[in-house]
Amino acid sequence: MNNVFVYCEIEDGQVAEVSLELLTKGRSLASELKCDLEAIAVGHQLNGVPAQVIPYGVDTLYLADDKRLYPYQTLPHTSIVVKLFEEQQPQIALMGATSIGRDLGPRVSSALHSGLTADCTSLEIGSHSDKKANKTYDGLLYQIRPAFGGNIIATIINPDHRPQMATVREGVMRKSILDPDYKGKIVHLEVKEYVGDEDFVVEIIERHIEKSKLNIKGSPIIVSGGYGVGSKENFKLLYELAEVLGGEVGASRAAIDAGYAEHERQIGQTGLTVRPKLYIACGISGQIQHRAGMEQSAQIIAINTDPEAPINSIADYVITGDIAEIIPKMIRYYKSNTK
Amino acid sequence: MKVYKIIVLAKQVPDTRNVGKDAMKADGTVNRAVLPAIFNPEDLNALEQALRIKDQFPGSTVKILTMGPGRAAEIIREGLFRGGDGGILLTDRAFAGSDTLATSYALGQALKKMGDIDLIIAGRQAIDGDTAQVGPQVAEKLNMLQVTYVEEVKELNGDTIILKRRLDRGVETVKCRLPLVITVNGTAPECRVRNAKLLMKYKRAQTVTELQKENEDYTRMYTNRPDLNIPEWTVNDIETDSSQLGLTGSPTKVKTIENVVLQAKDSKVISDSDTEIEEMMIELIKSHTIG
Repeated sequence: MNNVFVYCEIEDGQVAEVSLELLTKGRSLASELKCDLEAIAVGHQLNGVPAQVIPYGVDTLYLADDKRLYPYQTLPHTSIVVKLFEEQQPQIALMGATSIGRDLGPRVSSALHSGLTADCTSLEIGSHSDKKANKTYDGLLYQIRPAFGGNIIATIINPDHRPQMATVREGVMRKSILDPDYKGKIVHLEVKEYVGDEDFVVEIIERHIEKSKLNIKGSPIIVSGGYGVGSKENFKLLYELAEVLGGEVGASRAAIDAGYAEHERQIGQTGLTVRPKLYIACGISGQIQHRAGMEQSAQIIAINTDPEAPINSIADYVITGDIAEIIPKMIRYYKSNTK
Repeated sequence: MKVYKIIVLAKQVPDTRNVGKDAMKADGTVNRAVLPAIFNPEDLNALEQALRIKDQFPGSTVKILTMGPGRAAEIIREGLFRGGDGGILLTDRAFAGSDTLATSYALGQALKKMGDIDLIIAGRQAIDGDTAQVGPQVAEKLNMLQVTYVEEVKELNGDTIILKRRLDRGVETVKCRLPLVITVNGTAPECRVRNAKLLMKYKRAQTVTELQKENEDYTRMYTNRPDLNIPEWTVNDIETDSSQLGLTGSPTKVKTIENVVLQAKDSKVISDSDTEIEEMMIELIKSHTIG
């Protein structure tokens, strides 16, 4: 009771990256709060899950295994999680901010009348004093995220309702195994006690989930374009540079909304979080929601026509100018110096 | 042939592209009055899906329910200009400061008063909060099935609906029965533009409050052109438990807001000259960052 809980997403028997990252964070929060880390996995053929998950420091792993529970559907997963949470009364519940987490999280939090904060960029433990009610709270989860136009960081708390729920995007937290020999308990839930036939009302007719061919997160070099690139046509320059350097192309939300690049390439708070060796930001102004997705890059080059662009302050190299001139030069001098 | 009663949940949002610290109040909520307001983009995608059903099944109705301050009547008007059938503005100071749960509760109570609804369609998320929580929370409050991340209504036949979803890494086609709450992605088809005739017909559609502000005779509305009346509902028009409204009814609270101070790095500012760019490339190669 009163533990930190992580909902683990399963795709083809594999636990999702974001879930492993949240288990890592959950472990550290649990240790700080001196409570246990628990996890729930709902799906089918979950035999491989304990080995993937327990080394992250999971004290209890609940498994709900049934053919009908995979792929994910709203009602059955909600019923299971809500019932389990009502039994186990977690103080904190974390989920990935994915199409599953953002479908399940709000439904669970509504059923439990608890608070949910989406897309957190940071989670910490702290205290809060409510002067009006003359109350002090300790050991609260600070749910931290950028907000409103990006110039502000908001710290959100759920002082009175449990569980304190948060969703976090993939790549925001780092994953790391605690102990390959960690001993955790496995509890096999009796599925029919948690879910009824009436929950299975959606028929999945077709499903094409691609193992993403695009591996921007894993690329050591990222050439990224913003609204300043100006057009889909101009983005070709970035692809050229990326190819020459052996990197991938990313984009800011503004560039994607303008149609210059595909959705999958979005870097930022509501897109991917990346930590490449080198991040080359072309025509990106550097709003905080974008910076949240790339500021941990080892080296940053900012190329922009605006000498005051916010991104310049976090860049190692600042070049004020036109990418149409600068990128070809970079390509030329890279090639001539790496024969 | 069946006709459908559709409610579109739409939100008027502050244009978050230019928000300064003056727009934030001391309690951590946004002072919406100072920002320019727009129709939330994904709610327009939702409206389009609703209007397509109305096109296919004439006699169906598409009404908008929006919760917000007085000027959110704009949202209902915008719906009328695009082919909708009016709607309701849910407005009351009691809703101020609501988080997604308190908002969903209020919307749910209003929806319960709107009779038997076949489909509730909302945009996936609003550009100010970006939470994507209200759609599913409203569904839960009404004990209705939800399907999120919908890109298109592929088929509608009686009470059976087939939907195409666009997920993080692929697509999924699902089939289920009405009544249903669906949330629509920004990747769904763009909303049709305003219809010139409808714009002329409905540009004088207003709420009683708007007319009072203009010192106009609003009683004429009820007699001559009732279709120009945009109804406003307050807490008195729906059943609510006040402990579930506004800041009081919000489990999440904003503890602090901080203006972001950029940590200046030791940046090396270089010109776009050949020499300096070459130098930079050589440095990066030497440090094994590239090459």
